[in-house]
Amino acid sequence: MSSPTIDIRYVARLARLALTDNEIERFGAQLSDLLAHVEALADLDLETVPATAQVIESRNVARDDAVAPGLDREVVLSQAPQRQGPFFRVPRILAEDR
Amino acid sequence: MRDGIFTTAAEIARAVNAREVSAREIVDATLAQIERVEPQVGAYLTVLPELARARADELDRRIAAGASFPLAGVPLAVKDNLCLTGTRTTAASKILEHWIAPYTATAVQRCLDAGAIPVGKANLDEFAMGSSCENSALGVTRNPYDLERVPGGSSGGSAAAVAAYEAALALGSDTGGSIREPAAFCNLVGFKPTYGRVSRYGLIAFASSLDQIGPLARTVEDCALAYEAIAGHDPRDSTSIARPVESAVGALRDDLRGLRIGIVREFATDRLAPEIDAVYRAAYDELAALGADVTEVELPTADYGLATYYLIAPAECSSNLARFDGVRYGLRVDGADVTEMYEHTRAAGFGPEVKRRILIGTHALSSGYYDAYYVRAQKARTRIAQDFARAFERCDLIACPAASSPAFRFAAKSDPYSMYLMDYYTIPMSLAGLPALSVPCGWVTPSDGDRPMPMGLQLTAPPFAEALLLSAAHAYERATRHAVRHAPAVASPAA
Repeated sequence: MSSPTIDIRYVARLARLALTDNEIERFGAQLSDLLAHVEALADLDLETVPATAQVIESRNVARDDAVAPGLDREVVLSQAPQRQGPFFRVPRILAEDR
Repeated sequence: MRDGIFTTAAEIARAVNAREVSAREIVDATLAQIERVEPQVGAYLTVLPELARARADELDRRIAAGASFPLAGVPLAVKDNLCLTGTRTTAASKILEHWIAPYTATAVQRCLDAGAIPVGKANLDEFAMGSSCENSALGVTRNPYDLERVPGGSSGGSAAAVAAYEAALALGSDTGGSIREPAAFCNLVGFKPTYGRVSRYGLIAFASSLDQIGPLARTVEDCALAYEAIAGHDPRDSTSIARPVESAVGALRDDLRGLRIGIVREFATDRLAPEIDAVYRAAYDELAALGADVTEVELPTADYGLATYYLIAPAECSSNLARFDGVRYGLRVDGADVTEMYEHTRAAGFGPEVKRRILIGTHALSSGYYDAYYVRAQKARTRIAQDFARAFERCDLIACPAASSPAFRFAAKSDPYSMYLMDYYTIPMSLAGLPALSVPCGWVTPSDGDRPMPMGLQLTAPPFAEALLLSAAHAYERATRHAVRHAPAVASPAA
């Protein structure tokens, strides 16, 4: 297994988490410590072992493609942080053409 | 009815069905108890007096008209990561602090259909990540047996509510021990059924391949009643299993004759504190005295459970919690662009433990690390499940500790890894998807305290052997009566 280091700034960016300098330092140390503990798995011979896909065997389930009512639109939109008419309002995601 | 609310869920249901007491009287007495002890215990994030009274009145009308219900009038605490339509459902997180659930979880609905009355939404570690309830962003819950100690977690509010008679039954969720450990800490029976036995529809997801809903109650019989109510296939959860549910209540028995119970060699308790070792040795002797054939079994990879779990659970958590992005519901904190809005929302909305798990999970799933961490952990998981299958060739049930210590004092586990170790005995069963429960097995007075604190014996069964598991636990509980030796520090009938 790879050495137990973690690039906290990079991972935080992937996870869309803004971290303070204090958090970067604290979490960096704590997560390196945890990764050192999980290194123990390197002791197991797992070469021929299949990875668990499901722990209790079950078959793929496909429900009937029947039309049924979903949540009412107003109920859903009533909890939007910001709405505009029948839409969720979000910050601009594309820059304006110049 | 002699003991009012200071009795079991089964006795309340019997008395309400027999019209010896009304559901309304039970609910009013429970709400009075909540008012009395909640300032000390803090089990609930939201109390639901209007809803509880309205549902009790409705139930009383139906019972007067001749209907009867398996959980008639049973006051129910619902862990606040389970949706109940029209009520605030927070997962004890700032990111959902003001969110109103627009639908009801299947397990909750089935309890209501069985006559239970929801009295409140119980505190938990944020998004069920923790073992003490100290990771709640919205409230502090104290152990009713010693208010200086934690109730356990993550279903700590559920456990404290039942222990303090603020409910007769609670629903919790268990991902790595979150029902069993708080049940052990609060002198209750806590039961995690086989993965897939209970629908997860309406449970706010933490680690979907591990999460399972189950009851916490004062007796095994109460857990069996609740289990019968909530178990079974649900088309709204494609991982719920279409397989008939055996009657658990009907199978309860009074001895263990003919049962082979395995004691795990790798879980030898002589490395624990001597007084705790003594509790578990005595418990294994009690199993033998009840007629069980107690034999040693091996789980060679069980020791790797913690490492396996702390890769798989955070990986699934990082994926599940990606949905909290400030767009459709919950908290939003503005930023200069949409990415900054996501980053600020999640920074303000999640607490430190949730952030740690998101980070570790994101790392474990990221390019270049996926095989070394996530795939390796899923292979180790296979080995752990194979170990259990091999052990169950030699025994019918496995007995081991539910936790390595009784409830600890607040802030005693400030280092994250020391908190993770609390789940050492419960995680392997979760990884293998097995049904397991904790039943009271003795008392220990910790060296840093002066009140006796309860300990729990964990029993584990093969997949779908819930009825056998509950019947054995019932026999043990009946014969030993550990739970009734001491009353809580608050809230006892005489208090």
